[in-house]
Amino acid sequence: MKAVLLIILNRLALGVVTLFVVSVLIFAAVNLLPGDFAQAILGQGATEEAVAAIREDLGLNKNPVARYTDWLGGILKGDFGVSFAQANFSSFAGEDASKGGIGSVASQLEPRFKNTLFLAGVSAMIAVPLSLLLGIMAALYRNSVFDRFVNISTLSSISSPEFFLAYVLILFLAVLNPILPSLSNIYAEMTFGDRLHKTLLPALTLTLVVMAHMMRMTRAAIINLLASPYIEMARLKGIKPARVIIFHALPNALAPIINVIALNLAYLVTGVVVVEVVFVYPGIGQLFVDSVKIRDIPVVQACCLVFAAAYILLNLTADIFSILSNPRLRHPK
Amino acid sequence: MNADQLLVKIEGIVIQGRSDEQWLPIINSVDLHLHRGEVLGLIGESGAGKSTLGLAAMGFARDGCRIASGTVEFDGIDLIAADAKVRRSLLGSRIAYVAQSAAASFNPAHKIINQHTEAPVQHGLSSRSESEKDAIELYRRLRLPNPDEIGFRYPHQVSGGQLQRAMTAMAMSCRPDLIIFDEPTTALDVTTQIEVLAAIRDIVKQFNTAAIYITHDLAVVAQMADRIKVLLKGDEVEESDTDSMLKDPREDYTKSLWAVRSFTREEKALASEEDMPVVRVRNVTAAYGKIPVLYDVSFDIHASRTVAVVGESGSGKSTVARCITGLLKPSEGAIEFNGIPLPADYRQRNVEQLKQAQMIYQMADTALNPRKRIREIIGRPVEFYLGLRGRKKDERVSELLDQIELDPNKFIDRLPSELSGGQKQRIGIARALAADPKFIICDEVTSALDQLVAEGILKLLARLQDSLGLAYMFITHDLATVRAISDEVVVMKNGRVVEAGGKTEMFTPPHHEYTSLLLSSVPEMDPNWLTELLQQRGVDNIGDAAIDRMDRT
Repeated sequence: MKAVLLIILNRLALGVVTLFVVSVLIFAAVNLLPGDFAQAILGQGATEEAVAAIREDLGLNKNPVARYTDWLGGILKGDFGVSFAQANFSSFAGEDASKGGIGSVASQLEPRFKNTLFLAGVSAMIAVPLSLLLGIMAALYRNSVFDRFVNISTLSSISSPEFFLAYVLILFLAVLNPILPSLSNIYAEMTFGDRLHKTLLPALTLTLVVMAHMMRMTRAAIINLLASPYIEMARLKGIKPARVIIFHALPNALAPIINVIALNLAYLVTGVVVVEVVFVYPGIGQLFVDSVKIRDIPVVQACCLVFAAAYILLNLTADIFSILSNPRLRHPK
Repeated sequence: MNADQLLVKIEGIVIQGRSDEQWLPIINSVDLHLHRGEVLGLIGESGAGKSTLGLAAMGFARDGCRIASGTVEFDGIDLIAADAKVRRSLLGSRIAYVAQSAAASFNPAHKIINQHTEAPVQHGLSSRSESEKDAIELYRRLRLPNPDEIGFRYPHQVSGGQLQRAMTAMAMSCRPDLIIFDEPTTALDVTTQIEVLAAIRDIVKQFNTAAIYITHDLAVVAQMADRIKVLLKGDEVEESDTDSMLKDPREDYTKSLWAVRSFTREEKALASEEDMPVVRVRNVTAAYGKIPVLYDVSFDIHASRTVAVVGESGSGKSTVARCITGLLKPSEGAIEFNGIPLPADYRQRNVEQLKQAQMIYQMADTALNPRKRIREIIGRPVEFYLGLRGRKKDERVSELLDQIELDPNKFIDRLPSELSGGQKQRIGIARALAADPKFIICDEVTSALDQLVAEGILKLLARLQDSLGLAYMFITHDLATVRAISDEVVVMKNGRVVEAGGKTEMFTPPHHEYTSLLLSSVPEMDPNWLTELLQQRGVDNIGDAAIDRMDRT
């Protein structure tokens, strides 16, 4: 067990280093974007002095290294900075934005991030079990009509653009048969049931998007093992085909499956922009797009960092689980 | 039940395998009959169809194979006509299988005992706890160490020989009428093989189980089988009871198999003390990272002589070779060539020094680049070591091909995939010769080959030694090969040289305790060999148990 613990600690440390490198990349990339906030809000007729004043006010005229260290130092203390767009508004309302009021990036991000996690969670609850089940069944009845049908339908769903899938689902589940609402405008005071009801349509869309990858990897990882001597042994012991797959092949196929699941869960957090826009779902993706539009750099940076952290954390978890799925590591000699 | 009752009746069976979009025959119309409680040995070289026929007795064909015609009856049930459910109900419960590599055939994800109890529980023959109790009892009967506890380990936590016995126990879990043993000891060391053989023979007799014992080793089959069937390329050569088969084989092919072990070479007189050895391994100690593998190993190899380095897997034989070639830097000691120490790391050796340590590998298949033609495979070292180019290089390659008895005109432009196993190994030899060395390391060069082919390789090596004055270091675990070609023998165990000396001296008692265990564990053709040996040594003084005892004292 000690060896496993060491590996996990090692991975965690690597994750922190990766996150640091990513933060540098994000900062550099965002600062390379053409145009700046001061010019964007003042429009074309702005005087030199007005632009300079706003720059001064927001700290945009400091050198990039100093700005980066300020930003990183703030994050380490849990302060993601002040949203440019909201700073105006809050000073107007008489609040000090830097004290975590409505103008702080954190206060903007938090409800959006929770919503996105909720949507990702609902999608994962549907997609992961379903694709595992379909993958196992496809491996069991490989090359049958069922196998081909599942393969073709998941492949065509992954190959279609997300907005197209979303509109098809809206057409069938909201317009022709009004079962689910086509707008997912959720807010904090909603009950859990209402929230779920409103989230279901975007969640189904995302399910269609991520299922193919996971299902096909499950199928391939299992089939890959079917030629191994221990599978032949199980067959020669007269074990039923379903048990051979689930009890003998699946435990040894877990590592690649876990990795693909993690990759797709990360996509559910970071790749939902289009689906959120279609369903007007107030998630982090929408916030991200809006902030890029108005050059609200602190929010863009914070969103990027959240996305990166989600990717790193999920892949880290996948790594740890696939290490744990290996009996040689769990039970050393 | 009548003891003479026919249990398995295979008639006119034809099995085909799919290759390049067509069905090619693997077994051509073979008959096989087996009575209750009888052990039938199936022998033949690789590709003879032994395993395929053994699996067919279970009504099973591997993926890519099919039973094209013929009948397989088990206790009156037609296994080919029966539907999958009926067949499945017989497999595991009445017909069991023991595979060649227990390490690969146990599922790494589950404890041994859970795999043991699976068949009885799934077939509804006994409860889990009953079956567990029975497993422990079987482990005890098979003389596994710690029978109460060993089943609760994972396969990777148990040694190869113990796993093979645990697999035999698993096959017994439903007390089947028939067990197919598919080369159950081929992957094991000799000292381990013997304890598995004794255990299998014992348990099959105790429960009066019928068995089909598949192997390529005649001496093994002589110990195990009541009757022997010889196969050659999917055809039956002959079949008779063990005694008459050994004493009086009828067919020429069988006789040639029997005669393989007859090749021996005169031992040359021991080199005198003053002679300068070609290679001297001096007090070498080495480790892989922090794990020590060699302790103070020393021996000399003289010109025109073969030094056989014997020992079981993990004894450090191949590591010595890695030290000599400079792939592994010894932590202490040195390798001397003609009395001059070689740099420890091959990167610091010059071409002249590199020339001197050439290797021939066990798996000719993986040691030859599959995308290069023979001309390039042999041509490259010719160019690198001798600096020959163009026509001179081709001439040298042709000359080398002549030396290994392959016609240059026919072979020079072939790819490795167009050669047989024996021919590939010959190319491996030619590649080593291309550097024009004085010394060659042969690492288990014959163990992947069939006996007849291996004999041809040994003869070739002997001829080359006589004509070129080569010194060989011959790494092997096969004592029959040692007896055939070596001049001196070095016995290794756990990274140490246990005993060293001339061949005749080594094969005559008194021996070091370990050497004597090693020698006595090599099966002989006499069918009573195992019985007599067990009487002599006692059941607890073979295999792992004997080695443990040795380590303790």
